[in-house]
Amino acid sequence: MTTNSPHAGPTHKAVEAGVTLLIALFGAIVVYGSLKAGINWGAEGPRAGFFPFYIGIFIIASSAINLWNGLRDGDDGLFAEWGQLRQVLSVVIPTAIYVGVMPFTGLYLASIIFIGWFMRWLGKYSWLVVTAVALGMPIVTYLIFERWFLVPLPKGPIEEWLGL
Amino acid sequence: MEELVNLFHGFAVALQPFNIMVMVLGIVLGVIIGVLPGLGGANGVAILLPLTFSMPPTSAIIMLSCIYWGALFGGAITSILFNIPGEPWSVATTFDGYPMAQKGKAGEALTAAFTSSFVGALFAVIMITLVAPLVASFALRFGPAEKFAVYFLAFCSFVGLSKEPPFKTIAAMMIGFALAAVGLDSITGQLRLTFGSTELLNGFDFLIAVIGLFGIGEILLTMEEGLAFRGGKAKIDLRVVLQTWKEMPQYWVTSLRSCLIGCWMGITPAGATPASFMSYGIAKRVSKNGHNFGKGEVEGVVAPETAAHAAGTAALLPMLSLGVPGSPTAAVLLGGLLIWGLQPGPMLFVEQKEFVWGLIASMYLGNLVGLIVVLTCVPIFAAILRVPFSIIAPLILVLCAIGAYSVHSSTFDVVLMLVFGVVGYLLKKCNYPLAPLVLAIVLGDKAEEAFRQSLLGSQGSLGVFFSNSLVGTIMVLGLIALFWSAIQEGYSRLRPHSVA
Repeated sequence: MTTNSPHAGPTHKAVEAGVTLLIALFGAIVVYGSLKAGINWGAEGPRAGFFPFYIGIFIIASSAINLWNGLRDGDDGLFAEWGQLRQVLSVVIPTAIYVGVMPFTGLYLASIIFIGWFMRWLGKYSWLVVTAVALGMPIVTYLIFERWFLVPLPKGPIEEWLGL
Repeated sequence: MEELVNLFHGFAVALQPFNIMVMVLGIVLGVIIGVLPGLGGANGVAILLPLTFSMPPTSAIIMLSCIYWGALFGGAITSILFNIPGEPWSVATTFDGYPMAQKGKAGEALTAAFTSSFVGALFAVIMITLVAPLVASFALRFGPAEKFAVYFLAFCSFVGLSKEPPFKTIAAMMIGFALAAVGLDSITGQLRLTFGSTELLNGFDFLIAVIGLFGIGEILLTMEEGLAFRGGKAKIDLRVVLQTWKEMPQYWVTSLRSCLIGCWMGITPAGATPASFMSYGIAKRVSKNGHNFGKGEVEGVVAPETAAHAAGTAALLPMLSLGVPGSPTAAVLLGGLLIWGLQPGPMLFVEQKEFVWGLIASMYLGNLVGLIVVLTCVPIFAAILRVPFSIIAPLILVLCAIGAYSVHSSTFDVVLMLVFGVVGYLLKKCNYPLAPLVLAIVLGDKAEEAFRQSLLGSQGSLGVFFSNSLVGTIMVLGLIALFWSAIQEGYSRLRPHSVA
């Protein structure tokens, strides 16, 4: 797989097989967890693991069929081009950072930086527009959620300092 | 005629000034949600659900259901003007709606779409008014085995009717059931599948799953495709509206057929999307203008829009009367009912009359308000779509994070939301349907409880699900639905011989 050609990327077949195997793995975890919880009959009827155990078996069985079908007559085309996947990752990674820092900085500061970064880096907007939207959205959010509908949102040191 | 009296009481509730205001607000928010990529009916309602915690339940459900109507209307705007279906059920609307807009007949197409949506919804609401109380009083007699049979039928219909491969539907559904099982077991009080994690004690909340799978997942898909808007102009004046309305009655057969298809597909949890495609397909085959379909035929807009809206509305019938939602959005509304302490299902019609009939009355009014709002405000909503995606995307992501956080005031849920988002992107790309997954998370615990209680009564024999004619009939219907595609294939293999 070359990364230089513009129309290269992972094949649909390979990604689909990977996803199917992950689903089967999930099913195996469910079966394992159910076995730990007990799958036979106890004093109060079927025990906690009884139902999820069969669910797990179903997941593994259907994944096996999906894997077979996918490999036999699956889509030979591309799952996505590398460039497209880079686009997707350029959203996933910053969002992961955004979500990760939220417990420490609070929602507002993290959102301002996230929106600002997104618009400046991916949208190439002027700083004026960036600042207006990045500051405006959290302020509107604050008014709607916390003031009018009384839904508390996570806050960090800055909000504490401002006394909000 | 007790229902009629109840309905009038419902209108009195829905017509309170506060509820009217909530209705208009809901419709406007709904249309915006429907127009924006990445915000659909289900996750739009999920994000805004926390806002309603401080409202009285009747106002809250009116606002949320109006968001849903608004989203149904909004999907048509983007399909016709921009050839971008804002919602999956509007894909079929693009086939003839966009060509009409290209010919400069955007106004006609929009008017036809909105009017058909209204007709479809009205038909479905009348059906709900008449049928829901009957179904509910019938369902009052259900024991655990019958309840499980209804869930069984609901999930089997997914496998048989969805256009995705059946084993992928089953896999997606079972993932949902497994996620629902995580945490405290409601019957034995035992912990399971938590693997020692305290965050998983309460299991997975389906609202988080909805916001992640539909919201974040959709944004990622849009990022991959890269968006360029080349939109037609949107302008509707009274003359165009009246002109189109004058032409509409000649499509009454298509309209009626689409209403029936929509209601049927909405009650069985297949949903609005297949309903719109099926209705379009049949109209194309039957209509004398069928050869013109795809080139900008009004009838090709009427058929899918009527069916989609009828299905979207009819999906609330099983949700209210049986506690089985017919679509992901209905599932989110059901989640709302649970949060407000209302138990969806037949008892709702006995214990919460004011609530149920207030909601049904608001369906009539909400759709009327919706029709007026979209007809008058189309240019404004179309302008929203011209805001570039690189501004819209971060705002939607932040909104999703806020929505996920405020369900339980937990930052762990926001992390889960992102995980669900990536999973949703991968599953969607690999052709796994997401609706059954979400419905299984919602109904998993109830289905399991009904299943285990039935087995408890029968000492573990599966025969309990065929022990009387009622439960047996529902189970057999479920099995037919499960093997529907196989039955169809067998039938079509037999048919050429009889024809030839």
